[in-house]
Amino acid sequence: MNGLRKLTDKIKPTFEKGKGKLGFLHSTFDAFETFLFVPNTVTRRGTHIKDSIDLKRIMIIVVMALLPAMLFGIWNVGYQHNAAFGLEWGFWQMVGYGLVKVIPLYLVSYIVGLAIEFISAQIRGHEVNEGYLVSGMLIPLIVPIDVPLWMLAIAVAFAVIIGKEVFGGTGMNIWNPALLARAFLFFSYPSRMSGDTVWTGGVLRYINENTAYACGNGLVDGFSGATPLAHASMDGLQAAGTSFMDMFLGIIPGSVGETSVVAILIGAIILLWTGVASWKVMFSTVLGGLAIGYLGYAVGSTDLPGYYQLVMGGFAFGAVFMATDPVTSAQTETGKWIYGFLVGALAVTVRLWNPGYPEGMMLAILLMNTFAPLIDHYVIEAGISRRAKKVKTA
Amino acid sequence: MEFPKNGFIMSNNIDLKKGLDIPINGAAVQKTKKEITPSVVAVKPTDFRGLKAKLLVREGDKVLAGSPVLAAKESPDVLFTSPVSGTVTEIVRGEKRKLLEVRIKADQTREFVDFGVKKVSSMDGAQVRAALLESGLWPAIISRPYGVLADTTIKPKAIFISAFSTAPLAADLEYVLRDELENIQTGINALAKLTDGGVHVSLDSETYSGTPFHKLENAVLHTFSGKHPAGNVGVQIHHISPISKGETIWTVSLLMAAAIGKLFNTGHYDLSRKVAITGPKAIDPCYVTALPGVAMADLKEFYDNSQNNVRIISGDVLSGKSVGAEGYLGFFDNQVTILKEGNEYEMFGWAKPFRTNLFSASRAYFSWLTPKKKYDMDTNLHGGPRAFVMSDVYGKVLPMDLYPVYLIKACMAGDLDKMEKYGIYEVLEEDLALCEYVCPSKIEIQSILSDGIDLMIKEMA
Repeated sequence: MNGLRKLTDKIKPTFEKGKGKLGFLHSTFDAFETFLFVPNTVTRRGTHIKDSIDLKRIMIIVVMALLPAMLFGIWNVGYQHNAAFGLEWGFWQMVGYGLVKVIPLYLVSYIVGLAIEFISAQIRGHEVNEGYLVSGMLIPLIVPIDVPLWMLAIAVAFAVIIGKEVFGGTGMNIWNPALLARAFLFFSYPSRMSGDTVWTGGVLRYINENTAYACGNGLVDGFSGATPLAHASMDGLQAAGTSFMDMFLGIIPGSVGETSVVAILIGAIILLWTGVASWKVMFSTVLGGLAIGYLGYAVGSTDLPGYYQLVMGGFAFGAVFMATDPVTSAQTETGKWIYGFLVGALAVTVRLWNPGYPEGMMLAILLMNTFAPLIDHYVIEAGISRRAKKVKTA
Repeated sequence: MEFPKNGFIMSNNIDLKKGLDIPINGAAVQKTKKEITPSVVAVKPTDFRGLKAKLLVREGDKVLAGSPVLAAKESPDVLFTSPVSGTVTEIVRGEKRKLLEVRIKADQTREFVDFGVKKVSSMDGAQVRAALLESGLWPAIISRPYGVLADTTIKPKAIFISAFSTAPLAADLEYVLRDELENIQTGINALAKLTDGGVHVSLDSETYSGTPFHKLENAVLHTFSGKHPAGNVGVQIHHISPISKGETIWTVSLLMAAAIGKLFNTGHYDLSRKVAITGPKAIDPCYVTALPGVAMADLKEFYDNSQNNVRIISGDVLSGKSVGAEGYLGFFDNQVTILKEGNEYEMFGWAKPFRTNLFSASRAYFSWLTPKKKYDMDTNLHGGPRAFVMSDVYGKVLPMDLYPVYLIKACMAGDLDKMEKYGIYEVLEEDLALCEYVCPSKIEIQSILSDGIDLMIKEMA
């Protein structure tokens, strides 16, 4: 440890702003240095002591919370491929296939995203913000496994530049950057983002080119590849042989990390236990989803009971990891209840009553991101008039 | 207004759920180790917000305890007087010749200006005011909003006193002032002449019956329970009688109320007080008897600065001033905190699963599993400055019905309307200090608020 510190101290002057030979790379050096060492900065003005928490710690906790969903996703990518082509793979073969498919997504996500973060920090002369550690972890988990890497690169660049940096970086953005990347893909390349063939690794290529890695004897009879949302009715699910438990465990086709409610729940427990995410947002999102889900069930728009909505598609993933983003969600405590409820309610509304889009979570969260400041505005105005009244009566 | 009599307590205890007691090592044990005989003391205009001081002495002048040293430029009848008898040795100025300190070499014994023993019950408000002004005790009154010197021409809505302190390692007011009940009572009687709204004293609901303060008369007593900042007078005012636009409230610390009483009872300007020497780096944390303006050099047996690696704070770790070994105790302070400078790197600090020697109010580390543990905290920032990201950490430590993040953002933007709407009249830096402590983005909330308050004073004047 001392050796590394000595080395860092030795090369530090080279990167000194305005003085060192590589002074223009100051932010980059600083990012690596603060990654390795909590800096020796002391308090100057204000409180003389500070809590030991910082944003790096918060971000790493979110990354940890995402690990179960990611690991399950890697296995499920292999499992779905295995099932589609009727292979008889063991556990490690499935994981191996999943790794081959998922690692490139992560490489592209982090290399493109972090490069832009470093460059913009460099331009501004700021410290590199750790926000992208989480966004970069999220993006591969919410795209179909076979999304072309160049598309992913463009989407990441769009999300980081237009979604975040133009507003001033992490903490200033209006929309969740990861969802913005997904929305960009969704509207720019719909054929690679929806339909029945994109959710299982290798299927699209097999259909187009009649070849794929480990395609065996071709697709099994009766392969549909559709996510449960595409046939969201009791009959539909039964015909596809998908039970509630399958959806809860996550052994269904879908975006890489969104399928397993169990893995997501482990993440939710980590986030709530550490207090990093707001339980109010999570809970009210679920409430909103259930309310509209049961309303649809009651009026006959669907024959699935409301709780089915929670385990299908991206609902659970969105409620736990996306809606709770502290920057883009509502900031006031009352606002969080309203915001979360509307996210859940809108997502299920889109599912049930909009024939164009089988899934509504992404658009519901982005829409509510847009309205979160408005919700906060009214909550605060109400607080001010409540205070004014109290002052008068006191 | 009819004042409630002996032992009357407003029936409802105000229980504050939000707050944080920072578990820092180095609380002072309840013994008074010695009386500090000061060598040099300093009168510091910087102890008072916005004060433009006019110098009334020259180097070489002899002064007594109670002799005027400074006056406020804008209202010259507000005097600042010497706490000791001695000789003015040095006038210290900073940038742009700003007056920083008047240093006075103290005589062996304190000789007082005799202001005469006075019977408060036969005085009226104007006489009380005149007595406070001539003795130099008028600046002991802090006026809200903004925490400035009190206007000598008005009557405030009410006067508030907090009879307990919840700040980290704060001096125990019961220990410090238990023998001063008579002086405090006289002080309250005097202050009551200055307002029609009464004097409000807030007590700690858990300990008040054990303290002599619940016997105070001629005041409305309130009780509070909760963690820090429940003892902050600003938080108490917020719950008793919030300040709205155009209103003025005065606050006086219990310590200063005792000094005011002493003035009338003895005729002396005597600010000697028990000062708590605290903090993880304090050698033998205890109490000493000292005067405001006492030099930290006179306290050097309580810290070891041979490595030049300790921070000496006049006040507490949240809102005190770092004065250094060359500095002096502040006018309002009765606490000195000694901390280690945390100018060291910590490898992979944020990534370690456990950091058992560090405290976090969040559950991001595991210090919440050891709630009784105390920590040797130092001045390390534990991170780098960022934009606001986490929105819900601040409200958990602020027992006030306002939105700290919005208030701070309004201050950053210099938006007067919004600052007013979001409650700038109700807070001083100390009230939001815990928000700054817990902030994961390491935002200097107190400094930003301070700039905001200065802007309000400038623009609304």
